[in-house]
Amino acid sequence: MHAQPDSLDRRSFFRRSAAAVGAAAFAPISVGVGAPDAQGAPAFRFAYISDSHLYSKSLNDRFARALMRAVDDVNNLDPQPDFVFYGGDLAQLGQAHELELGAQILSRLRAPLRIMVGEHDWYLDMGARWRQLFGEPTYSFDHKGVHFVVLMSVVEADFWTKRGMTPMERMVTVAGLDNGVQSPFTVGPEQRAWLHKDLEKLPNSAPLIIFSHSPLYKLYKNWNFWTDDADEVQAILKRFDRVVVIHGHTHQILTNRIGNIHFHGLLATAWPWPYPPQGVPALTIQMSRPDPFNPLDGCGDGEILVHADGLVDKVYNLWNRSPITVAKGYTASWGKECVPPKPNRPSF
Amino acid sequence: MRGVKALGAPRQGAALGAAVCAVALLHPLVAPGAQAAAVPKAPHGAAAMDFQLQELAKLLPRVDVAHPPARLDPVIWQAYVPKDNELTAARVALGRKLYFDTRLSADGTVACATCHDVTRGFTDQLKVSEGIKNQLGQRNAPTVLNTALLETVFLDGRSPTLDHQARQPIINPIEMGMPDGEAAVKAIAGDPEYQKAFQEAYGRPVNFEDIGRAIGAFERTLIFLDSPFRRFLEGDQSAISADAKAGWDLFNGKARCVTCHPMNLSNPLGTDNRFHNIGVSARHQDFEALAAKALKLLKDDPSEKKLDELALSTPMSELGRFMVTKNRADIGAFRTSILLNVGITPPYMHDGSLPTLWDVMDHYNKGGEPNPFLDGGMEPLALSEREIDQVVAFLFSLTDRRLALENQRQFVAQRAAAAKERKFRDQELATRRKLAFEDRIKAPKK
Repeated sequence: MHAQPDSLDRRSFFRRSAAAVGAAAFAPISVGVGAPDAQGAPAFRFAYISDSHLYSKSLNDRFARALMRAVDDVNNLDPQPDFVFYGGDLAQLGQAHELELGAQILSRLRAPLRIMVGEHDWYLDMGARWRQLFGEPTYSFDHKGVHFVVLMSVVEADFWTKRGMTPMERMVTVAGLDNGVQSPFTVGPEQRAWLHKDLEKLPNSAPLIIFSHSPLYKLYKNWNFWTDDADEVQAILKRFDRVVVIHGHTHQILTNRIGNIHFHGLLATAWPWPYPPQGVPALTIQMSRPDPFNPLDGCGDGEILVHADGLVDKVYNLWNRSPITVAKGYTASWGKECVPPKPNRPSF
Repeated sequence: MRGVKALGAPRQGAALGAAVCAVALLHPLVAPGAQAAAVPKAPHGAAAMDFQLQELAKLLPRVDVAHPPARLDPVIWQAYVPKDNELTAARVALGRKLYFDTRLSADGTVACATCHDVTRGFTDQLKVSEGIKNQLGQRNAPTVLNTALLETVFLDGRSPTLDHQARQPIINPIEMGMPDGEAAVKAIAGDPEYQKAFQEAYGRPVNFEDIGRAIGAFERTLIFLDSPFRRFLEGDQSAISADAKAGWDLFNGKARCVTCHPMNLSNPLGTDNRFHNIGVSARHQDFEALAAKALKLLKDDPSEKKLDELALSTPMSELGRFMVTKNRADIGAFRTSILLNVGITPPYMHDGSLPTLWDVMDHYNKGGEPNPFLDGGMEPLALSEREIDQVVAFLFSLTDRRLALENQRQFVAQRAAAAKERKFRDQELATRRKLAFEDRIKAPKK
């Protein structure tokens, strides 16, 4: 497919009008399916929302409002995405009323919901309420020729029994950073075996997208931007021509590539994290420091445009900024082509 | 409601110094409203142009173009004066003539000064402005006072400079209604006074670009920042009342105003020059449907003129900054208003929908109007009536001393109006006894 100058799609229209008036003009979140670009048309697209960290509404209703904004954004996509993926950490402390509030807000989505669990959803009752609301946390499905796998990558070894912790003490410890008490996240041997088996029937050329709450690599252990058995999981994925891993948890623009695996982070609706102190993968174009006076700055939702080969254009729809797309060609060329715009303010 | 006794008036037991100051602010010689009755009128509710010029001469007896305005850093001032339009006496004089000249409108009834009237806070104090053939626009006219210090002009920032901005109303069909710049030039080019003035000011015959430049040059002389609050910031503790001081503390604390309205000696305007959705138009608009319509229309005609017309004449006005950037993040967002002289520029907000500063406080107190694009900084504030009065007292201390009379008149009038009706007040929301988002969750799914 090629661009036809006389029937401009919205994106090229804005690109042109931006050039024409010399003002900043960007495509709105609603990027039409079939919008031609350098990589050809995507086969389909889905939307994402992640990391809402809902509290009880008497403590904090800001995060509930933020999740509602994301639901509004997605509901107003025209045409509607094939499905909406939720990236985990719906609740802040895994309490039933937090999860129920989240389920209530997400039930307003027009498109079908696919959901992943995060550690904040799990460690109060070890997933009991979450399972009742949303089903099993590990599953796979096929959509328009692409195989999708949803993992629970936040399995922690028991640190609580020996210490005699209450469920809430366990939950609060997992929800914390830098505490040195909790265990690192893992996928664990049981799920790895399941994954191996789930992928067994697929040829090496199969388009494959994996969802994990934590990044399936080792970035910064103190904040659990980390999966302890990432090497073992990557080994299972190694035989494929190309794999996309999409993860929540990090609340920021994050791009990485390890061999055949292309990694993309998800924006949070609740708050943006700073980048970890030891740095980020070379492919990441860091977002600049969020505005401390605007709690929505650095937050957002987005879309994922899936190409026939399984690689994706990842749209970060930042609520207080211009949307940023990390196109398939960027990770495919190891950052040589399709370079996303660098922000004009420093990172943090 | 619990009223503030009078602007700057001392509370019971206040020091004598404060009482003296309050009297000075009250301008004892003229009763409120006396001035308004005496003003000779021009079309569309404006004061007669000659009368405005006399008033202006009283406010600005001498224009000094060789020095930066008092109380402004020379380096900062230089940054705001365009290189192709350095201030000269000839340019300012030409701009002043143009600013009050109704010949620049299609039917000869509208000048810049019609909606930016010297006697009405350099705005029109109307909900929305009235142009030729009595047409009403969608937007409230902002004051031109101190706009020389803005980073972008128009409430949606669609213009980069005053020089550029000044040309747009002349050719907008519902404002001054000239079909194009050439028609505006033609209307005055035969006047030998103008021929001479343009030669002196810019060394060229009459032309549209220089009409904008000259008006911009004149507007750059309208720097009015010598407020009681300014004197207070400079160290005069008695310059403002105890209520206004308490209001300043609230402004920087509980009321959260300073988040978007930074005010200090080097940034006196009280605006962050950024665009925020505070929910004003969410009361009566479907943002999504409007945005879809606007994208289509601007795709068909992306010109500057089209944008200007859509922003002023259609409900798409409510989209604000989005019309300029097409970025969803900017839907319903407007530039943070200048706070200097805010007391004399009612009604408030881009659509003039809030009649008094008490209504403005009510709007913020309940966390704005809920909508998907509401700025992240908007939260219910739980301000008490007394605290609202204090913030309002502070806001009325931001008017330049030369405009104190009008400020006092406005204070009395707004206080009376607010005592009668507070349409936007919602204590349930302000104190979080009711959470705005809950109704939306429960609403039937579309």
